Amino acid sequence: MNITSAQYVTVFGGSDNACIKTTIDGVEMWVPIEAGNRHYDEIMKQVAAGDLTIADAD
Amino acid sequence: MSKAAELAALIGSQSALSNRNLIINGAMQVAQRGTSETSVTSSQYADAPDRFKVAMTTAGTWTVSQSTTSPEGFSNSYKFDCTAANGSLSSDSNIQLLQRIEGQNLQQLAKGTSGAKSVTVSFYVRTNKTGTYTLELFDRDNTRTFSKTYTVSSADTWEFKSVTFAGDTSGALDNDNAVSLDVSWFLAAGTDFTSGTFSSGWASKTDANRVSSSQVNLADSTSNEWLITGVQLEVGEQATPFEHRSFGDELRRCQRYYFRTTGSSTGYGNLATVSRIGNTLYRGVVEFPVTMRSRPSFSSSGSFQTLDSGFTFSSMSGGDGASFDSHGVQVTMTSNGSAGQSTLLRQAADGQAALIYDAEL
Repeated sequence: MNITSAQYVTVFGGSDNACIKTTIDGVEMWVPIEAGNRHYDEIMKQVAAGDLTIADAD
Repeated sequence: MSKAAELAALIGSQSALSNRNLIINGAMQVAQRGTSETSVTSSQYADAPDRFKVAMTTAGTWTVSQSTTSPEGFSNSYKFDCTAANGSLSSDSNIQLLQRIEGQNLQQLAKGTSGAKSVTVSFYVRTNKTGTYTLELFDRDNTRTFSKTYTVSSADTWEFKSVTFAGDTSGALDNDNAVSLDVSWFLAAGTDFTSGTFSSGWASKTDANRVSSSQVNLADSTSNEWLITGVQLEVGEQATPFEHRSFGDELRRCQRYYFRTTGSSTGYGNLATVSRIGNTLYRGVVEFPVTMRSRPSFSSSGSFQTLDSGFTFSSMSGGDGASFDSHGVQVTMTSNGSAGQSTLLRQAADGQAALIYDAEL
């Protein structure tokens, strides 16, 4: 997967991270923070490898 | 042996007379993403039959599709058509078509126990490129593999193949909703996969032993194509006739992993009821037709409207995702619509808009 951006999104009206807004293979998507979701697993794999940084929520 | 005796022996060798097939969409009927995708060069779930994933590294360029070329008794197949050749594979080159299966659907294999069951993979295959091909089972929970070969004898002719794998007394499969087993058809492989001693039974994964050194390189010519359908994985040492399921049954099974709203191809198809909770903010709930495997990723494509304003927009957001679960999901969108407590989210006139939920393995 070619992941070109990733940023946490907080819960509505709160400050806890709820999901990750990301662009994968040119498609913007919202990925739940859950191991076993293939997009989340790949994001965390690339983060661990130092190839990707997840930006803090706005 | 008489036909009656053959039938009795066959029935006695199997553990179930229905729900035998552990493969979903084995007749390649369902293609929610689309029916054809060009310029495929890397791993993906392509616009082709659901549940089957292309794995590909440095092995030409392909069009993959849901084909209507099929053997008698089937209407569709999964087709690979080479559009840019690679006759000199790199060491890490490979092409695979695979299906991943949840561990909780495989407990009847008794893998990792003294009573481990044999399984049989059967399918129809057609290609212009005759020769030896490799079929692999990959236990992802325990990183163990077992590969066997099958031979395509006649060019451009549907051939039925049946490959039996002995049970594995090592490595139990997890009883959960994560991937436990890949069933994988290799169409090409570089020396990273072929340079060792070819698999002769279940063993810890060694890449060099995974593919036969006689494996065909299907990528060596733009004249090459490969089609498959009637895929069945079942417990036992004999292939039984393909277990045909209705389109609706297969669609529901596929939607556990991937769901795309269909709306209306002629436009303005309704997608959800949404409520306005801010100046330009709406939220709604999309109920899934079946419980998804896990919390899905959300994306959208095309242009949408809210009924009250008729304002067309293409920016759809998964919102904060706080309600992501395996039953439904909220969508958030911005629109400059007029005041109102609720309205319909619908497709724009072109009928192309879709909400997409992905929980594939």
